[in-house]
Amino acid sequence: MIELKDARKTFNAGKPDEFMAIRGINLSIEANKATVLKGPSGSGKTTLLSLIGCMARPTSGRIWVLGKEITSLPERFLTEIRRKTFGFIFQQLNLIRGITTLENVMLPAYPLGGAYSSIKKRALLLLDLLDIAPKANSRVERLSGGEAQRVTIARALMNDPAVIIADEATAHLDTELTLEFLEILGKLKDDGKTLLLASHDPLVYESKVVDRVVNLRDGNIAEKGE
Amino acid sequence: MKSWIDRQRNIIDYTLSSLLRRKRKNAALYIVYTLVVFLLASVIFFTHSLKKEGALVLKEAPEMVVQRIVAGRHELIPVSYLDKIKNIPGVSAATGRLWGYYYDPISGANYTLMVSEDSPLSSGRIEIGEGVSRARLAFEGDTLEFRTYDGSIIELEVSGLISAESALVSSDLILMTEDDFRRLFGISEELATDLVLRVGNPRELSVIALKIAELLPDTRQILRDEILRTYDAVFDWRGGLLLVILSGGLLAFIIFAWDKASGLSAEERREIGILKAVGWETSDVIQAKFWEGLVVSLSAFSTGILLGYAHVFFTAAKLFEPVLKGWAVLYPHFKLTPFVDGSQLASLFFLSVVPYTVATIIPSWRAAIVDPDTVMR
Repeated sequence: MIELKDARKTFNAGKPDEFMAIRGINLSIEANKATVLKGPSGSGKTTLLSLIGCMARPTSGRIWVLGKEITSLPERFLTEIRRKTFGFIFQQLNLIRGITTLENVMLPAYPLGGAYSSIKKRALLLLDLLDIAPKANSRVERLSGGEAQRVTIARALMNDPAVIIADEATAHLDTELTLEFLEILGKLKDDGKTLLLASHDPLVYESKVVDRVVNLRDGNIAEKGE
Repeated sequence: MKSWIDRQRNIIDYTLSSLLRRKRKNAALYIVYTLVVFLLASVIFFTHSLKKEGALVLKEAPEMVVQRIVAGRHELIPVSYLDKIKNIPGVSAATGRLWGYYYDPISGANYTLMVSEDSPLSSGRIEIGEGVSRARLAFEGDTLEFRTYDGSIIELEVSGLISAESALVSSDLILMTEDDFRRLFGISEELATDLVLRVGNPRELSVIALKIAELLPDTRQILRDEILRTYDAVFDWRGGLLLVILSGGLLAFIIFAWDKASGLSAEERREIGILKAVGWETSDVIQAKFWEGLVVSLSAFSTGILLGYAHVFFTAAKLFEPVLKGWAVLYPHFKLTPFVDGSQLASLFFLSVVPYTVATIIPSWRAAIVDPDTVMR
């Protein structure tokens, strides 16, 4: 489903603080499976997720998503693929403060041009599925940590993407909430979603939901990885 | 097309919620913005209407005035000059006019005294402008005293007020009979203040003026168009004066608006990053910011224009009265007829709404072209 060939990512190229975050990764990710990128801080997990999720372009190498090469696509096409193929759950949640839970969930669908009423209907349905419908009209800053986490999941599912990318999504959750989060991921996998997670939380990479663990170290797949 | 409209609607919907989130910032901006547009619109409406009003009043004015000049100074003109002027081909009518300024120490104001051709006044009676009436608390039936050229006093009875429609030029006016005027200023029958004439074909005006200059070298010819131009200049100058005063405020507003519109807070940058990360394109973010800028500036512009209109045409420009109206002590009290110049409104629009909207877009564009993965860090 997702294929990387000798993917490299260098930040601040040509400057004194040049830093190579990804150093030639070859990786293949299967559909309908849960894959965890595991590794210490600075190992390149987040950078790899952003390359796969069409959020950034590799400095060199090639990446295919659903059989289509995305390496050198212009921003507009990259965005198109990103919003239709990927749903993101971020470590920092990244909800927009000051607007309601419902509006936050609806955001990814706005640029697609669907009717407002149908976008709203779908958002409410997702909030209902995640047991957070009663908070639809609450401002996100008034939600508890677990509620906010579920809002980000609902937002990630808004455009019905094939792949859910979660970057250290349990970093701020306690054990109970982490298990609840994993349970939701399990359901999503059962629904046919591909899950790609970055985590160094044992609760996540040792979970039965996870099919495969890829070890990263210093921007590459560790020798003993997978 | 429907998809495009839906997309715009969705983005506008988000923009409106976004505006409501920053209520204080946007309300402050809206108020200051409205105030500036209100002041500018008031000046524009006022000067333009005043000029129009002046032009309307002067439409009936004679096409040419002939004055006698002695040593570069206006001097009384012999009525006998009329014979020579009437003989010039193209002159359809010519007549002598009597008018002059009179300083009234009681009110401290200058009045314009004039002999009325049309008014059926009888000797010893006058008609006064509303400004004179206010200054002297004089109404129909009252008597006003005037000191004549030789120091003696004459009393003239007010027979009525000059109609208010022409208050722009009649506020300080006093109409009287020829006899009373000559008695007051000590002007003999052979002299007039100036001569006015009408011509059959307005295109011949300059030729006739040249002929008069040749025949009567001690005269100068003033065409109606020149008077109109002077009026224009006077009101433009007044408008300009006010604009100079306003420009300080305007500059402060530009700095304020630029700062508010162009400076993105860390929160706004983060928001743009989130929008991009959840699938918004750079162009979607710019559109949202465009709508945001447009909503603020267009609503402030419309409110400012409406308030300016109400201020000028319903309250007779109460705030600007001392600066803009009249050039005598007697400010006319009158309501302007609404004249709105589309091109001036358009320039105000392009000088306020457009730069503001652009000012909101540019920093957002700069924030939005950053890779969306920045929010992941």
